[in-house]
Formats: sequence, structure tokens, C-alpha cells
Amino acid sequence: MSGIILAVIGMVVFALGYRYYSKFIAEKIYRLDPTYQTPAHKFKDGVDFVPTNKFVLWGHHFTSVAGAAPIVGPAIAVYWGWLPAFLWVVLGTVFAAGVHDFGALVLSVRNKGQSVGTIAHKLIGRRAKLLFLFIILLLVLMVNAVFAWVIANLFIKFPASVLSVFIQIPLAIWIGYWVYKKQGNMLLPSLAALATMYLAAIVASYVEPLQIDLIGYFGGEGSTVMGMTATSMAFFVWIIILMIYVYIASTLPVWKLLQPRDYINSHQLVVGLLILYLGLLFSNPTISAPATNTEADVPWFPLLFITIACGAISGFHGLVSSGTSSKQLDKETDARFVGYLGAVGEGTLALVAIIATVTFFGSTADFTAVYSSFGAASSEGLGVFVQGAAKLATGLAIPPEVASTIVSVIIVSFAATTLDTSVRLMRYIISEIGSEYNVNSLGNKHVATTIAVVSSAALVLIPEGPKGFGSGGYLLWPLFGTSNQLLAGITLLLVSFWLRNQGRNYAPTMIPMIFLLFMTLWAMTSQVFGKWNVFGGSEPSGLLFTFGSIIWIFAIWILIEALILFNKKDKELPTD
Amino acid sequence: MSESKWSLKRIIELYDQIISQPHRTEIARELRDEDDLFMLLLFSEMVGIPNPVFYYTLELYPVMLEKFHDWHLRMGMEKSPLSGIRCC
Repeated sequence: MSGIILAVIGMVVFALGYRYYSKFIAEKIYRLDPTYQTPAHKFKDGVDFVPTNKFVLWGHHFTSVAGAAPIVGPAIAVYWGWLPAFLWVVLGTVFAAGVHDFGALVLSVRNKGQSVGTIAHKLIGRRAKLLFLFIILLLVLMVNAVFAWVIANLFIKFPASVLSVFIQIPLAIWIGYWVYKKQGNMLLPSLAALATMYLAAIVASYVEPLQIDLIGYFGGEGSTVMGMTATSMAFFVWIIILMIYVYIASTLPVWKLLQPRDYINSHQLVVGLLILYLGLLFSNPTISAPATNTEADVPWFPLLFITIACGAISGFHGLVSSGTSSKQLDKETDARFVGYLGAVGEGTLALVAIIATVTFFGSTADFTAVYSSFGAASSEGLGVFVQGAAKLATGLAIPPEVASTIVSVIIVSFAATTLDTSVRLMRYIISEIGSEYNVNSLGNKHVATTIAVVSSAALVLIPEGPKGFGSGGYLLWPLFGTSNQLLAGITLLLVSFWLRNQGRNYAPTMIPMIFLLFMTLWAMTSQVFGKWNVFGGSEPSGLLFTFGSIIWIFAIWILIEALILFNKKDKELPTD
Repeated sequence: MSESKWSLKRIIELYDQIISQPHRTEIARELRDEDDLFMLLLFSEMVGIPNPVFYYTLELYPVMLEKFHDWHLRMGMEKSPLSGIRCC
């Protein structure tokens, strides 16, 4: 079957979902009111609360939520065949992610533009605030470990991409300075920066001395850290370099590096989507992966639902919806366009990630040789996506070696910005927890950042199983997906509660919430107690057992909160 | 022809707004922080910090009063800290 057919089916379902389902949700469930005075107008301050054109807000919302995660998850999940991953991405986006992102936006708009965390605090109390803080702490810790692992591995696999990624840093700082001090326009300089990066990528693809190949520098793949098994010196050194970078980047003011990088990356998102979809159209590749994998070593049900989080439903979107977008919504009716279509945008990215991965191989046998086990899929998936995307790009007459470098640059840029943001977020959360428990030293920027960076580095470098140092990164991926789903579960719980208090049908938000909690609990129970159990599991693992148990406890906690909340008839949600 | 030219221009403008939106917010925040500090300097005499140019800053009060309420809210004070200014 042609990859184009898959894309067309996916797009048609997305379009129908937006046209009919989101319309139903907007009119019958959330009951959007075009005359409602949104927080952007009510609290207009020119900084956070600014009424914004819906197209601009959608673009901003989409670029904030789209990153490397909707690519990594699907690239791993196609291990169970393309069909389960495809169905979960398409149906998850339409029935879960769209409703969730849209709901978080409406709930926040109806609550003075407050974030989901603050609303949970008001509704459930300090307990909810702590639950929220700890889940986000866990989430960002795993994001740090997973994305550091992703970047280090892409740098090792595609050394030609290193130069471009490092060129982006001084260019971004310069643009930040130019805009801040000189009040310059950012469009042209950021396009020039992008052109410089891609030029460097093209040159480095052909000129070997420009490829920063640490494996070669440290004497081949066999070179390990102090003679310890498995982790190559190259991986170790990349992680150390990344952690030093991220320490500096996350302590700088955001306008100096993070945001200028973000708008170069916005161009990259557009370039990436164009290359992939146009390449798909022109090259018309055939799907070589099987529709379902009948010989999987781990069951797709329920693990698929935690392997693909971003791209099907992601709690992180709720933070963006309620944290920034809700404060800028011009009219309440714009929420459908911004929230629902924001989720659809991410769905299209996940969809093309599936297509690029499943069309890469020449035959089904080649596919199954690489995707031989779930472990192999987890470690190789992203590399396959990069090569698959490069193959699609050849449809636009881009040479494969240049295409793989550019795709790798795009993913590393996304992952690096996510890493930067997430270490920064972790620093804030550590400070917040410090102030909750009166540990004043945690309020210090450098103390909190040091804790964030050292714990993230420890997690990614932790010796785990026979693979030794550094195998922690990809093993954590499903756990990252799980904590992301839990966050989405809390948001859906709050939205459902709000709907119930308004006397409306809350099934469209309650069903995805129950589904998510059920899948998370099921997956964690089977993995934690059956597989990773250090007291007699089939594949005992201290690291996964510890983190899995924490997530399991959080999931139970949310379930209990949900039951308490729905039994309290008199509790009022502070809505207007 | 002119219509399509206008459309392309509109698209570029919209795209420019999308990518510069978060940056504009951050710059506005930085500028507001600087303004807040300046406000503190102007009001310093009233909060107990000696101000050698108090006589001149006094003249700015009518201008500053409008912004005073938002300022003390941002500084974490729910009520006006100055008995002379009863904004809330």
C-alpha cells in the first residue's frame, strides 16, 4: 500500500473530526459564547494578557507543543505494525487530544486564565498542588534524560549534523541581542540563520573533517568510559557536553537564547513538515512494514498507549493551553480553532513520522530484522525515522546524505530546545517544592539548576542491566509517556468536573480520562509487578521498578482524587 | 495581480507575528520589570529609602498614580502599602 493513502485517510479523519466532532463539543458540551469577555480583554496588560488573532495564536500554540516527542513515540511504536500506531494517533487525536487541549483552554478561560495546576489547587487543595508538582517533576526529569539520550545518539549516528546545531547557538544569541537591544525585525535574520545552518549541514555532509565524529576521536566504538562495559566514550562525552550547555542555557534570560532558538526552530518545523509531506507526495513510497506484528515480544495492549503520548494525547499540551494560550484568546469561540487544531497539528506530525518509518525499508523482512524486539525498536526507531525522512526528501531531489543531516539537525534542534525548557522548568519546580517545605537554599537559581542537571545526567548515565552506562535513556521512554498521560488525566478530570457542575454531558472528557488512567494503571501494573519487579520479576530492573512504582502510586492517587471529587456534591468549581 | 501580492504579504506578516509572538511577550515582561524597578526608585522615599531627588519625583506622582495599583499587585501586596495612596 502507498504511504500517500495512509496520509490521506489520516487527514480526512482529522478534517472530519474538526468539522463535526469539535463543532459538537464546542456547541453542545463546552457551549462557547462569542460574547464572553475573555481574560485577554478582562485583564489586558500588554504582557501576558493580550488579545491575539486566532491564526497567530494557533501558530504559536502549535509551535510550542510540537517537538521531537511526536516523532520518537511513533518511530518506536511501529514495532507492533503500522496499523495500531496509525489508529491510535488518528483516533487519539480526534477523540482524546483535541478534546483535552480544547478543554484545558476553555476551562482556563472560564477561570481567569489560570493554569490547570492552580485550578487543581483551588479545587482539591494543597494535596493536588503537590501531586501536580511531583508529576511534572517526574515528567521533566524523564524528558531531560530521554532527550539528552536522543541528542547524543543522533550526534553519534549523524556526525555531520553537529556543526549546524552548534552554529545555531551563536546565531540565536546574536538575533536575541539584535531584537532586544536594537528593536530589529526577527524574520529576516532568523531566515538568514536558518540558511547558514543548512548550508553548514550541506557542506558538512560532504566534507568529512567538518563532521564531529567523537567515536573516531576516541578510538572507535570499543573505547569505553574507564574501561567499563558498554557505554562508549563518545556517548559519555556528549552527555557531559550537553549537560554543561543546558546548565548555561537554562540559567540565561529566555530572550537571550531560548526564544531566538525557538523562532529559528519554528521555521524548521515548517521546513520539516513541507519536506516530509511534499516528499511523500512526489516519491509515493510503499509501506514495507507489516500491518500488525504477530510475533511481538511485548504486548501492544496496553503498551502502545503509553509509547505514543505526544501525537495521540499529551498532558504537556494542557500546560501550554492553560498557561499561555488561554491568556491570549481574543474570543471564546476561537478556542476550538486554537485548541483542537493545535492537537490536530501535532497529530499530522506523528502521522508523517509513522509513514516515514514504515516506508523506509525495502521489504518486510528488512523491517523485522531491525525491529526485532521492543528493545531494538526503542533504540533504533529514531535512527530509522531520520533515514526514512531522508528517503522521502529524495522525492524533492535532495541528496540522501544531505537530507539525513538536515532531518537530524531539525530533530536535535527540537530536542535541544525541549531540554533547555525542561531543565528550566525543573529548576522552577525544585524551587517551588523548596518553598513548600521551607528549604530556602532551593530557591537559589544555581543550586536548583545544579540539582536538575546532575539528577538528569545521573538518570541518563545510570548503569542499567547488561548494557551498562547510558542505556537508561530509551528504556525510560514508555515511563515518560505514562507520566505525560497522567498529567492529561488530571486535566480531563478537572474539565469533566467543571462540565458536571454545569449540568452538562461530561462523557466526551470523562471517557478519555478513564481510558488513559486504565491503560496507564494496566501497563504499569503488568510491567512493574510482573516484569521489572526486583523481587522476582521476569526482567528485574531497579531503575524501572522504582520509577514505575512511583508512577503507579500517582495513578492510584489520581483515581482516588477523582472518586473523592465526584462524590463531593457541594464542592464548587470557581468558575464564572 | 495586486490582490495576490497583498495576500502573500499578509501571509508573511501573519507568519512573522506567529514566530515573534512569544518573544514580544518576553521583551514586554523585561521592560515591565525595569519599569517596576524604576517605580520603586520613584516611590523610595515613601517606603523608607532616602531619595535625594524626591522633590522632582514628586512631580511625577499624577502620572504614576494610574500605574500604582497594578504595580503593588505585581509586587505581591494585595492592598496599597502607602496610606497616602488609597487605590484599593
